[in-house]
Amino acid sequence: MTEPVLRLEGLRKSFGGLTVTDNVTLDVVAGELHAVIGPNGAGKTTLINQVSGMLSSDGGRILFAGADVTRLPMHARAALGIARSFQITSILPGFSALENVAIAVQARSGTSFRFFGRAAAEQALNAPAMEALAETGLAARAHVLAAHLSHGERRALELAIALAMQPRLLLLDEPMAGTSHEETERLIVLLRRLKGRVPIMLVEHDMNAVFALADRISVLIYGRILASGPPDAVRADPQVVTAYLGEEME
Amino acid sequence: MSKPGAKPARRVSRADVIAAAIFLLLAAVPLGASMGTESYLLALVTRVMIFAIAALALDLLVGYGALVSFGHAAFVGLGAYAAGILASHGINEALIALPVALAVSMLFALATGIVCLRTRGVYFIMITLAFGQMAFFTASSLAPYGGDDGLTLRTRDMVAGLPLLAGDHSLYYVVFACLLGAYALCRALIASRFGRVFRGARENPTRMATIGFEVFRYQLVAYVIAGGLAGLSGFLLANATDFVSPAYMSWQRSGELIIMVLLGGMGTLYGAIVGAAAFLLAEEWLSGLTEHWKMIFGPLLIIVVLFARGGLVGVLMSRSRHD
Repeated sequence: MTEPVLRLEGLRKSFGGLTVTDNVTLDVVAGELHAVIGPNGAGKTTLINQVSGMLSSDGGRILFAGADVTRLPMHARAALGIARSFQITSILPGFSALENVAIAVQARSGTSFRFFGRAAAEQALNAPAMEALAETGLAARAHVLAAHLSHGERRALELAIALAMQPRLLLLDEPMAGTSHEETERLIVLLRRLKGRVPIMLVEHDMNAVFALADRISVLIYGRILASGPPDAVRADPQVVTAYLGEEME
Repeated sequence: MSKPGAKPARRVSRADVIAAAIFLLLAAVPLGASMGTESYLLALVTRVMIFAIAALALDLLVGYGALVSFGHAAFVGLGAYAAGILASHGINEALIALPVALAVSMLFALATGIVCLRTRGVYFIMITLAFGQMAFFTASSLAPYGGDDGLTLRTRDMVAGLPLLAGDHSLYYVVFACLLGAYALCRALIASRFGRVFRGARENPTRMATIGFEVFRYQLVAYVIAGGLAGLSGFLLANATDFVSPAYMSWQRSGELIIMVLLGGMGTLYGAIVGAAAFLLAEEWLSGLTEHWKMIFGPLLIIVVLFARGGLVGVLMSRSRHD
C-alpha cells in the first residue's frame, strides 16, 4: 500500500474537562475522498482545525506526506499544501472574487515582499486565478466584490481559493452547509471532478452527498472513531445505524 | 479598492485625479505667497505638509491595516530629536542627519512593533500609547538636550553643503518633494504584492494564514515603513521650526494625527493630506478667535465623524458621484 498523504495517530484535544478529540487515528491516501461524519458536537470541525493548524493538539501526531507537522503553525502547513474551507465562509469581503483567488496564487508563486508593481495587473497571478474561478463556475463574477456574492457563490469561492493553492490535501468543512438544492448538486459534480486529482478529507452533514462521493467514511461520535471503512460497510454497521445513521437515513 | 463591476485595470482613477489636484494646489502656494509679503502662509503650509507626511504614514497603518497606532508621534519626535541632537554636536549635514533620523525611528518601530503586533484592537491601541509615552518621558529627562524645555537648533541642516533648507521657499519645495515622494511610495505600496497581503490581513487574518501567509511579518514591515516616514516628518519639523521638544512626542500629538486621518477620510492616503490641512488651518484660525478653540473644533469633529463617514474627501467624492 502507498504511504498515506495524511495520517493522524492517536490525536487528542480537550477543552477543560471535555475531550473533543479522543485518540483519533485515521488516514487519507492519494486519490481518495475520505468523509468524516457524525452528529453535531462529535468534534468534526475540531478535527479539521487540528489538521489545518488552527488548533494545537494535546497529544498524538499529524503526519503529512511523511513529515510530522503536529507543531507547525497554520501558515506553514498551508505552505506545505494543506488547504481548507470553513464551515462559516471565510473570505476577504473587501476584495473582488478574482483578487481573493489571485492572492492565494500569489502565496505560492515567489516572494510577496515586493513593494512596487501593481499586483492586480500580474497576469501570472490572474490567469491561474481565472482558471480556478472558471472551474467553480464563478468566471462571470470575477470582478464582483466578494461581500456582494450570494451565499452559494461564496462557498464556491472558498473552493476556488483552495484550488488556486494547488493543494496536496483538501480539508472541506461542510461545504454544502446552507446551500440550495441546485447548488448542492453543482458542488457534488465539482467535488467528483476534483477527487482523484487531490486527496480530500470531507466533513459533511448531507448524507446524499457523502454517500455519492466518499471512497471511505469514518464515523465520529464524542470525539472517537466509531467505525471506518467503505460506504457500504459503514451503512450496514449496526453500531453506526443505532448511534447516528438510523435517524438520518429514514 | 475596486467597486463591483469596475474594470480592475483602469489606468487613471478618481484617486489619482484628486491627488493631482491637491499637489498642483500645493505647488502653486509659493507663487501666490511671493506676491504679497506672506511668508506666514508659506510657513503654515510647510507645517501642514510636514504633518501630512506623518498622517499619510498613519493612514497606511490605520486605513489599510486596521492598526490604530496611538503612539505615532513618538516616531515624529525621534526623527526630530535625531536632527536636534546631531545639530547640537555640530553635525549640520542632512545627508548624515536624515539617514540617522530614519534609522532611529525605524529601529524603534521594529523593536516596539514586534511586541505591539502580537496584540489586536484596543490592546494594540493601549500598547502603542504606552511605548509612545515611554519615548516622551525619555525625551523629557534628557537633561543635556534641554529636558522638558527642548532644544533649539542654531542653524538649519545643509544638504550636501547647500543651504536648501535655509530659505523659506526652498524649504517649502523640499518638504513638498518629500510629501510627494511619501505619497507615491504609499500609493505604490498598497497596490503591490506586499500591500495586497497587508490589506488582506485587515480583511481576514485567519483566511490569510490558511492560504499560507504569516501576516505578522507583513504588518511588522508596514509598521517600520510607517515609522520611517514619520521620522522623516520629524526631521523636517525640527528644521522648519528650528526647535525640538518632548511635546512633539506627547500622546495628544498622536491623537491629533489620528484626528487628521479621520477628518480627511481614512484609507485614501490623500485624505490624510486634506485632514492635516483642515486640522492645522482650523487650529490656526480658531485659536486666533479664542484660546479655547478646541471648544469649537471638538463639535466640528463630531459632526464630521457622525455625518461624513468617509471624512472630508468622502463628502467631496459623494457629491461628484451624483452628477
